[in-house]
Amino acid sequence: MRRSIFENRWLPYVLIAPQLIVVLVFFFWPAFDSLRLSFFKVAPFGDREIFAGLDNFVELLTDPAYGRSVLNSFIFSLGVTTLGLAVSLCLASLANQKLRGLTFYRTAVLWTYGIAPPVSGIIWLFIFHPSYGMLPYLLSMVTTYDFNWLLQGWIAMLLVICAAAWAHLGYNIAFFLAGLQTIPVSVMDAARVDGAGGFRLFRSIIFPLLSPVTFFLFIMNMVFSFFETFGIIHAVTQGGPGDTTTIMVYKTYVDGFVNLRMGYSAAQSVILMALVIALTVVQFKYTERKVTY
Amino acid sequence: MARTKRLLLGGAAFLFLTFCIVPGAVLAKTEIQWWHANTGFLGDRVTDIVTKFNAGQNDYEVKAVYKGSYPETLTAGIAAYRAKTQPHLLQVFEVGTQTMLSSGAIYPVFQLMQEQGVKIDWADFLGVVRSYYSQGGQLYSMPFNSSTAILYYNRSLFKKAGLDPTKPPATYDQIEKAAKACVKAGAKIGFTTAWPSWTLVENAHAWHDQPFSDMDNGFKGMPTKLRINGEFGVKLWTLFARWQKEGIYTYSGRTSKGDQPIINGEAAIGLASTALVGTLTKTAKFEWGTGNLPRMAGYPQGNSIIGGASLWVMKGKKPEEYKGVAAFLQFLTRPEQQAWWHAATGYLPVSKSALGALQQTDHFQKNPDMWTAFNQIISGKTTANSQGIRMGNFAAVRDGIEAELENVLGGKKTPKQGLDDATKGGAKILKEFSSLYK
Repeated sequence: MRRSIFENRWLPYVLIAPQLIVVLVFFFWPAFDSLRLSFFKVAPFGDREIFAGLDNFVELLTDPAYGRSVLNSFIFSLGVTTLGLAVSLCLASLANQKLRGLTFYRTAVLWTYGIAPPVSGIIWLFIFHPSYGMLPYLLSMVTTYDFNWLLQGWIAMLLVICAAAWAHLGYNIAFFLAGLQTIPVSVMDAARVDGAGGFRLFRSIIFPLLSPVTFFLFIMNMVFSFFETFGIIHAVTQGGPGDTTTIMVYKTYVDGFVNLRMGYSAAQSVILMALVIALTVVQFKYTERKVTY
Repeated sequence: MARTKRLLLGGAAFLFLTFCIVPGAVLAKTEIQWWHANTGFLGDRVTDIVTKFNAGQNDYEVKAVYKGSYPETLTAGIAAYRAKTQPHLLQVFEVGTQTMLSSGAIYPVFQLMQEQGVKIDWADFLGVVRSYYSQGGQLYSMPFNSSTAILYYNRSLFKKAGLDPTKPPATYDQIEKAAKACVKAGAKIGFTTAWPSWTLVENAHAWHDQPFSDMDNGFKGMPTKLRINGEFGVKLWTLFARWQKEGIYTYSGRTSKGDQPIINGEAAIGLASTALVGTLTKTAKFEWGTGNLPRMAGYPQGNSIIGGASLWVMKGKKPEEYKGVAAFLQFLTRPEQQAWWHAATGYLPVSKSALGALQQTDHFQKNPDMWTAFNQIISGKTTANSQGIRMGNFAAVRDGIEAELENVLGGKKTPKQGLDDATKGGAKILKEFSSLYK
């Protein structure tokens, strides 16, 4: 038996070289440069680099503003993940039923995934806007509470959570739908014969059988809301009011590109890098083990 | 096989030739890159300038490239400088002035003009504008779009509220009364501000002759401390916190977000840049007017300070290109060019002769709102506290101030506490910056 379809020993390496070069140049090199920069204080134009040892990290870890951004990140990510998974599981279950026009619904629920996160942010901004938004208008009929995300931190947080969860809804639904369709009909029928009703069926059969998908989506949503929601924050709240929606990624951007503190910003990106690595390790370790059945 | 080879060869030759010939035709002119941050209405005016300059001579071709917001343009310039692909000219907003001065990446404008043998009458430049971009009496960057903060009011809303539409409110007390009346008469917003730190802290302090930072706001040396948490600052923020609660003032967001409610007529009164005069003239579907920044009784008269941006010449380009840069900058300072720029946009002309020429015509009678800014600067008194503000990493300081203002207006902190925290945060940023340039 031939081990390989390639006659030339070097051809396979040449073929993967473009991808390797891209990864090295655009991924590893910047990553290592960040790591290096995190030990320096750097002048805005890069003409002065003063070695600072662990100063940047010490300053970060003792800065209450950084602590708040870590907390904000977790509130935000857990919010996006919980809200996103709950809503998309409901919608996926509905779209999994036998309905007329099913293909249309199934396509329609995936639409939001085609929208860029900042656009989603702007759409929700219109809904929440204190002077022309629908939501504050409706709420003003039942309460006198000033529903103003420009000044109330928790409302701003709610706004960006909704926008991010909504933008990612299509992705979640696609996976949940696929997961729902792999559940064997025989198992469902057996449960029905045993007298399980709608909710019981969901709790004892569907949810456990879906758990690998749910776990995968949980990780993917955490990663998404931690690292890919910069656009939403930047387009809508710019981290405010105060710093209530300044998540770690946004703070890294502000310190690096607005405040021009490259070393300090690099130290933050190193911490973020450690977080991604941790999340990825968790994902690989546990999706292999199939979670619970 | 042979045919494919021939085809490939032909294609390669064709590509090679096109790449050689096309840039060859363009290279006859020396290209000058100008990165700027003007979009929309202002972006079109920048195109006008460049088109006019390019059509007026045959040696240089200025290419204006829009690079995003002010901070984005500055960041793009820095990244390009580090990669040695910087443009010749970079538009940097006023808060980036110290960053540019310290950068070691610039070719001072006065030196460029000297070395290129271009004579410019620096004494003809308006004092407030020149001093903002000078060091040791020498101009380091070319003032391009200079503005200052003024008051805008919506005459249509004033009429509806039964107020005198010819009288802009002149004091904070009058603003309170007028805004209240307008909101009662159905205005969505009584009073709002664009660039909150610039209008409510920097300009308010300068206008009342109160210090913003130590070292004469950074003109005597690198500042290390903010001084905005004094009695005046606390009094002002206490007022705004109360107004926000009572619906007299409406916070509209950071940076330029507050322009919108003023432009679309939602706000009865607003503080914003003179640059809105041009936009309002072109787009407003309601009657509006302008006035001086409001006064608070019991404080001395200072002056309002300059905002906007200037053009910095970057180091590391070829001598013949710098010749073109000098020619272009000289073109910009021509009185007729300055007069046109001012009339089109509402920005201040930088030269006294342009201002004089405009005064000879009926321009200011026809456009009284374009006169407001001059009237304000002339009626003010330039002191150590009101010649401007210069500090490293000013953008970060400003961001911190606006974040604390949000905390105060939202009721999370008291005015005193918010200002103390902004001062503390500012000191940290200033210390960090000065530690880099010791």
